[in-house]
Amino acid sequence: MNLERKARVLIAKPGLDGHDRGVKIIARAYRDAGFEVIYTGVHQTPEQIVNAAIQEDVDLVGLSCLSGAHLYLFSEVMRQLRERGADDITVIGGGIIPKEDVPKLREAGMKEVFLPGTSLAQIITWTRENIKLK
Amino acid sequence: MKLLNRVLKGDVRAAAQLIRSLEDDVPEAVAELKDVYLHTGQAYIVGIAGAPGAGKSTILESLIDIFRKGNMKIGVVAIDPTSPLSGGAILGDRLRMQRQGADEDVFIRSLASRGWKGGLSKATMNTVHVLDAMGKDIIFVEAVGSGQGEVDFARIADTSIVTLIPGLGDEIQMMKAGIMEMADIFVINKAEREGSDNLRMSLEAMLSMTPHQPNTWQPNILLTEAILNKGTEQLAKVILRHKDFLISSNKIEKCRRRRAELELTAAIESTLHHHLETMSGCLLVKLIDDLVLRKTDPKSAALKVINLPEQK
Repeated sequence: MNLERKARVLIAKPGLDGHDRGVKIIARAYRDAGFEVIYTGVHQTPEQIVNAAIQEDVDLVGLSCLSGAHLYLFSEVMRQLRERGADDITVIGGGIIPKEDVPKLREAGMKEVFLPGTSLAQIITWTRENIKLK
Repeated sequence: MKLLNRVLKGDVRAAAQLIRSLEDDVPEAVAELKDVYLHTGQAYIVGIAGAPGAGKSTILESLIDIFRKGNMKIGVVAIDPTSPLSGGAILGDRLRMQRQGADEDVFIRSLASRGWKGGLSKATMNTVHVLDAMGKDIIFVEAVGSGQGEVDFARIADTSIVTLIPGLGDEIQMMKAGIMEMADIFVINKAEREGSDNLRMSLEAMLSMTPHQPNTWQPNILLTEAILNKGTEQLAKVILRHKDFLISSNKIEKCRRRRAELELTAAIESTLHHHLETMSGCLLVKLIDDLVLRKTDPKSAALKVINLPEQK
């Protein structure tokens, strides 16, 4: 019997932003750390992301945004997760995000925001320590 | 029982959680499976296999659009490989099915193969059962991008689709055993590419070697450019025609038995495996001692472990 549950994460890019090199590196790092990664790619609407997070029953959603629209897009994902009763899923974000926006994103319910310069190891370690496997 | 009741009402979150717990062998979920199973057997199961990049997920996206116009409720179980190195996986089939990303009546679930051989994953059938109990009309099972030998998708499907693309080999590849024997429908995707006509001719030649028996299904060959939704209307029609054929010839019964057989065998194997992992080590140690001393042979020792009489 498999008593150790496998961690599942969803990695997505909301909005009109095609810069997906970073998010692919993140997805790959999770894979290499033994996570099951659902990668949904670029140009996602918040609704698509929330639907995927629920259908895939993930432990964590990682959002990437380099376009500057993170405040609206990330908050909208959080709002819809709450609306669907799925705000127990941990959500983190990353990208080109000014420091002063981080408190606002935390207020919207995001558990952590990783800024440029963060190492992959930091993100993986944070994830291992902070997601609760159901 | 609580999750199942919500699943029967179409609760997406409950279904997703039940699928996850079944995949992880959580005892409470496994106990619920007995009741889940009683609510299944209604959905039509379509399996699709083919090489990585052949266009399986893209074909499904196009097919789902077509079946949704007929108001059918759709489930998708898409399997990608687990890394043998890290145990992790990139599950990227969903990426190709964006148009259904916000449709409440389309439930897409990605599974990692987790070491299962045969192109599926151990959790595939349980996932199909939950989607079936949820009331999905058609459930697509997309196998791991496969080579030649992974044929389990066809053993669980009512209709089996094998996806090919031009440029992967000559007519000898068409004659080989394995996946090429399993198709009810061949799809030549990316048909705009050079070589698709040759591929079709090779396939036709291969199929013509099997003498046509009355009351059997002759596999179809369809050309598609799924990314442009070309040819997929026809594919949807042929899937439904195959379904009608299975029902009118009562061959659907055979599909159900084949599926049940695969599930039973898999359940026996996993039960034995579990039994072996948890059984008292003493017997195993003693049998290993006996083997080393040549007091017994592996087969007889195995029969002793699973408590069967020795074969004559």
